Amino acid sequence: MAAEILHHPAAHAAAHTEHHTEHHHDAGGNAIFGFWIYLMNDCILFATLFATYAVLAGNIADGPSAKEIFELPYVLVETFLLLFSSVTYGFAMLAFYKQQKQAVLGWLAITFVFGLGFIGMEINEFAHLIGEGFGPDRSAFLSAFFTLVGTHGLHVLSGLIWMAVLMIQLVKNGLTAKNGTRLMCLSLFWHFLDLIWICVFTVVYLMGVLP
Amino acid sequence: MSNSNAHRAGAGHGTTRSYMIGFILSIILTLIPFGLVMYPAFSSSVLLIAIIGLALLQILVQLGFFLHMNTKSDEGWNMLAFVFTVLIIAILVVGSMWIMFHLNSNMMAP
Repeated sequence: MAAEILHHPAAHAAAHTEHHTEHHHDAGGNAIFGFWIYLMNDCILFATLFATYAVLAGNIADGPSAKEIFELPYVLVETFLLLFSSVTYGFAMLAFYKQQKQAVLGWLAITFVFGLGFIGMEINEFAHLIGEGFGPDRSAFLSAFFTLVGTHGLHVLSGLIWMAVLMIQLVKNGLTAKNGTRLMCLSLFWHFLDLIWICVFTVVYLMGVLP
Repeated sequence: MSNSNAHRAGAGHGTTRSYMIGFILSIILTLIPFGLVMYPAFSSSVLLIAIIGLALLQILVQLGFFLHMNTKSDEGWNMLAFVFTVLIIAILVVGSMWIMFHLNSNMMAP
């Protein structure tokens, strides 16, 4: 595939707009594959944090246990915000394939709002916990909790910043092949964060409040 | 370009239909575990197995419908990278828990 890119860059760019159902991302194929490898690394980062959390979750040091501080309905709403944002991002990608700039920007804006809602709820949850005196310094369980969930939150925040920058690039340069590659990379990143969140709500919240 | 119709680097792309199927399945696979835990009707161990199973299922759904991972994308390289990552994660997570819980019971058992 790399060789093909080297041989036919122009044919490629042309094919890009015409035959998008067949092969789109070849121009940025390597970049996207490289980004995929980065995501795999990120998976391992999260795996270490999950392992740490699993080991420390029981060490509550007379502080609150998971069962006492987690509210499932709240987490369910957060989950849905992220899930909605995932599918609206998908629609942005579909609009890109159809070369509809306004639709891409519109869907990205909606995705951004959902993502912002998620981050807002998470910050609110953290602030509430810290306000109650259940900050990361309270127990090993809470340290591990804030590190794991906070790292995911920081990823979402980075995704939002990236999305804002990408929207500006789209407005300025339009639906170019380069912007397509960027859009695709962010798509992988964004869906990947939803994937990590499935693990978070299962391992941290649901397992935490199991009867 | 080749006619292999290879989807590139996790970059095969969906249709409105595939996104909607993935979305609806994800909603169902989210509501069931939350429901099971919020209105517990089974023992903890059954619930544990159920929510882990449903989470794995949802991960597969999202990998397929949202991330478009399949054996064809990038000639299988990104699937291979993923499988390798899963192996590392399994060693890391299972290994850590195995060691730490054994340490725990060996050192702290009453």
